[in-house]
Amino acid sequence: MTLTASSIGRKVAMALSGIFLVLFLTQHFSINILSVFSENLFNEVSHFMGNNPIVQFILQPILIFGVLFHFIMGFVLELQNSKSRKIKYSSYKGSANASWMSRNMIYSGIVILSFLGLHFYDFWVPEMNYKYVEVLPLDPNRYFGELVHKFHSPFRVAIYALSFIFLSLHLVHGFASSFQSMGINNKYSKTIKSFTTFFSVVVPLGFIFIALFHHLN
Amino acid sequence: MNLTLKVWRQANSESKGKMETYQIADVSPDMSFLEMMDVLNEQLMTQGIDPIAFDHDCREGICGMCSMFINGEAHGPDRLVTTCQLHMRKFNNGDTITIEPFRAKAFPVIKDLTVDRSAFDRVQQAGGFVSVNTSGNTQDANAIPIDKHDADKAFDAATCIGCGACVATCKNASAMLFVSAKVSQYSLLPQGKVEATERVMNMVKQMDEEGFGNCTNTGACEVECPKGISLENIARMNREYLYASLKG
Ligand code: SF4
Ligand code: FES
Repeated sequence: MTLTASSIGRKVAMALSGIFLVLFLTQHFSINILSVFSENLFNEVSHFMGNNPIVQFILQPILIFGVLFHFIMGFVLELQNSKSRKIKYSSYKGSANASWMSRNMIYSGIVILSFLGLHFYDFWVPEMNYKYVEVLPLDPNRYFGELVHKFHSPFRVAIYALSFIFLSLHLVHGFASSFQSMGINNKYSKTIKSFTTFFSVVVPLGFIFIALFHHLN
Repeated sequence: MNLTLKVWRQANSESKGKMETYQIADVSPDMSFLEMMDVLNEQLMTQGIDPIAFDHDCREGICGMCSMFINGEAHGPDRLVTTCQLHMRKFNNGDTITIEPFRAKAFPVIKDLTVDRSAFDRVQQAGGFVSVNTSGNTQDANAIPIDKHDADKAFDAATCIGCGACVATCKNASAMLFVSAKVSQYSLLPQGKVEATERVMNMVKQMDEEGFGNCTNTGACEVECPKGISLENIARMNREYLYASLKG
């Protein structure tokens, strides 16, 4: 079977790509938080990530594919699902039986996607430009400065914070839900749920903290 | 109690329906919702209005026929009940109650509040059975020892009455709770294991063909299910489906 030919296949694909993105997020967070503690360490790790051929030419394309896949699939699912009930209810009490997060994944997803657009514009495009278009000389100490520079503007910090709140909402449902999609619902589910909720709140808050930290310093 | 009822009226599957408003007086709090509908229908008939068509049969929560979407929820505001088990004491004097048919592309309206749920029958026919030799010397099911834990889970899954509230409730009109209950009730038992691979593949295929939506794990179905069918069944079906697909 092709993975996406059946509804369960699509659901599992969504879960796997989601988990992959959560792993990436964890990695990204671990590096960013270094910038709070040590400028040198942050520069060193960023330089490694930015110039290691495995990271650049294998992991980065996989990541881009993962992001594209997750959001295209999300839109496809939303479209199909909206077609499965042609005449809408005149009264529908969604909040009586399901969380806001679970019912609005498409909207939190769209906010995150728009944020990714900004994020690419802020960091990824200049980075690609620096390395592969203009081919500027290697400078292992530029990363910290670039990061701090982006957080000067309070407007940008506010957008970042807002986006991470939506990321948190997206994760609170999505992370736990991916286990259910992969068929994991057993005596460990409560623990999994607590862990995923903890992660979904703490990591986005951490990102907001980093932005505020550099803004205020 | 005096109530205002907003009811979906649709003459047949082809016509375009609309909400109509009716007043009803002196409703006893001890009536079931369907009894209240009966009284309303009598009233409508004396006024020369076509009575409201709605499905019902057992009126004790076991057949799954009564299928109304009341005030934005399948089977109304109460939990673990069907519409026939819903009492008017759940409402207050002066309330306005909205009554709509279960809505899903796979459940087309036949008339007023009755919908065609034969999609469920076709899913069931695609694999919701065990093939046994009915020659007359069929082995007694109790002759096969079964783990109590599994037997209980299979029984819980088998309590699904095929009412369709899960589909009606789901924002995606997904039938995963129903299908997973039907898959689980067999797959947990030794008799059902023999055909487990084909069963899950065929039932999911049929489910998709019927036009139900994709499950996004909102969990609304579990809350609204009159029989308390658990999301665990959906996880089990996901597992079985993955395993069956990999097995080929
Ligand atoms: S799973 Fe529950 S809500 Fe769905 S058809 Fe069965 S009994 Fe009805
Ligand atoms: S009429 Fe049978 S369950 Fe309600």
